[in-house]
Amino acid sequence: MLPLRFRRVTMSARVLVGVKRVIDYAVKIRVKPDRTGVVTDGVKHSMNPFCEIAVEEAVKLKEKKLVKEVVAVSCGPQQVQETIRTALAMGADRGIHVEVSGKDYETLGPLQVSKIFAALAKKEQADLIILGKQAIDDDCNQTGQMTAALLDWPQGTFASEVTLEADKLKVVREIDGGLETIKIKLPAVVTADLRLNTPRYATLPNIMKAKKKKIVNVKPADLGVDVSSRLEVLKVDEPPQRQSGVKVETVHDLVEKLKEAGRI
Amino acid sequence: LTLSCHILAGFQAGLRFQSTGPQASARAATAALKESLGGFSFELTDQQKEFQEVARKFAREEIVPAAPSYDKSGEYPFPLIKRAWELGLMNGHIPEDCGGMGLGIFDACLITEELAFGCTGVQTAIEANSLGQMPVIIAGNDAQKKKYLGRMTEEPLMCAYCVTEPGAGSDVAGIKTRAVKKGDEYVVNGQKMWITNGGKANWYFLLARTDPDPKCSASKAFTGFIVEADTPGVQPGRKELNMGQRCSDTRGITFEDVRIPKENVLIGEGAGFKIAMGAFDKTRPPVAAGATGLAQRALEEATKYALERKTFGKFIAEHQAVSFLLAEMAMKVELARMAYQRAAWEVDQGRRNTYYASIAKAYAGDIANQCATDAVQIFGGNGFNSEYPVEKLMRDAKIYQIYEGTAQIQRLIISREHLGKFKQ
Repeated sequence: MLPLRFRRVTMSARVLVGVKRVIDYAVKIRVKPDRTGVVTDGVKHSMNPFCEIAVEEAVKLKEKKLVKEVVAVSCGPQQVQETIRTALAMGADRGIHVEVSGKDYETLGPLQVSKIFAALAKKEQADLIILGKQAIDDDCNQTGQMTAALLDWPQGTFASEVTLEADKLKVVREIDGGLETIKIKLPAVVTADLRLNTPRYATLPNIMKAKKKKIVNVKPADLGVDVSSRLEVLKVDEPPQRQSGVKVETVHDLVEKLKEAGRI
Repeated sequence: LTLSCHILAGFQAGLRFQSTGPQASARAATAALKESLGGFSFELTDQQKEFQEVARKFAREEIVPAAPSYDKSGEYPFPLIKRAWELGLMNGHIPEDCGGMGLGIFDACLITEELAFGCTGVQTAIEANSLGQMPVIIAGNDAQKKKYLGRMTEEPLMCAYCVTEPGAGSDVAGIKTRAVKKGDEYVVNGQKMWITNGGKANWYFLLARTDPDPKCSASKAFTGFIVEADTPGVQPGRKELNMGQRCSDTRGITFEDVRIPKENVLIGEGAGFKIAMGAFDKTRPPVAAGATGLAQRALEEATKYALERKTFGKFIAEHQAVSFLLAEMAMKVELARMAYQRAAWEVDQGRRNTYYASIAKAYAGDIANQCATDAVQIFGGNGFNSEYPVEKLMRDAKIYQIYEGTAQIQRLIISREHLGKFKQ
């Protein structure tokens, strides 16, 4: 007989998955002439690849009947609804669109987003939050950790494997030294790393079914969150042009050159 | 920028770069302009954009890498076909009550163009399903539809369209395969040729002559049948080795005393010719879309190469001879795309689209060949070599001027339609 707590958690477990709309990974990024940011107009956007992995993991848990409902959440202007729809087409049950636009959207960062997620987790009574480990536009790698801290929940970050064991989550983490396995109690925050799974395609029938799924609009103020930023971007530049190297003939020459450059 | 430029820019961005759509100000202006434009729009719906995105991703990530080896070996690309089936990219026309998605021809064309970009051999194998199914979709009764279309959505099965014979291609009325009624069955004898999916099909749409009287008109002499491929007497021949689209399975099929139950007749005896021809109005736009996908591939490969290869101190794209070639290829691709979209849109509106479908197929077939040849030209010596992707495009393109109605037959149809309109 399963302990009461475990039955409560799994039979009615609700997972929040964060999905971020970012510039597509294949696009060549260009800095705006005024150096305040990168060009986004008319540029192809898609779901952050690590968020796709997060959605896939959540949908897999639902298919194994370990969780009951997967809710996809995205913060941003009208266009993020496309990203939520993609998550719905992959198998999420419903979506929440947190409306942030204009200047607020330009300065939206991990601190504000984690406050939003913490508020939503309480409001939706979520048992698990799965996020991508980082977004490919800002590479912050902060939102998951900050969300867990705000909620005072345990966190399993850089997850390459997630298993539900009784009322605990076993998470295998990819760390610099290799793999670390931890067990954390639910409710918890997990951030997805590359090797966690291979995200499914949205099939055409699922895209059609996704149209019937609901996306609810919410404002940050409704959640009691202040999205003003404490950071100011001074300038954005391209990385310095790579200088061409010098070819040397022998190991001796290499050592000499390195000595000249003061490297050894 | 003027308003019309905003809208055009939005269209271009939407079609090829999948942007989020025109700026808010242009959107507000579009509403006002819509009145004067009379509802004419180049905008895809969100669902169409998503479908196109799935097909594009599948084609570029899974078909493109696998295509060269399938071309060399000629092996039937069943793993790719199965994958396309799983993603819902196949059998789009099958009605919803038979387990399909009931997509219009326009949506099917969007998907076909993307798949063809990957490999037209794979795309033809998939498209042959639509061609075989179309007579059943337009002329089948409920029992036939449920039985033969239903099974296609339950597992990845193939079907084929069996009309052409060794002695009769363009002249469909000249086919000699005979079907003789004997009790509750028809006994069929004859020879079919160049049947795509001939060796892989689970069932065929077959056109055979039921009225032996040579004076009987074409509109009454032929009957359409659904034939299970495992019926005794159905003998697929060897896989033919063709110039291009080599992974597609093309065979001759011999019918020797094949017995078909009368329940498998479409509509009734004598209705076959009209059904066979009626299917083309719906299948020609996708074939045109396939040719456009090939032309788009030729354009992209040639453009990439022209921006990498240098000669006389510049990238070859900076030499006007090459940039003009690319410009003309781009003109042709854009126009072919608009042509098949118009043809598909017309038939989805419920109108007879024969004129537009023939124009689209004729034009797309011709420009696919021109663009493939020009791509090889831009690659120079490398283009002639099998290590580079464009010689395959040239070999694959030729058939677009031949199957689904030759370039010459299309011109016959267009002139007939055009003169017919004039005489009214």
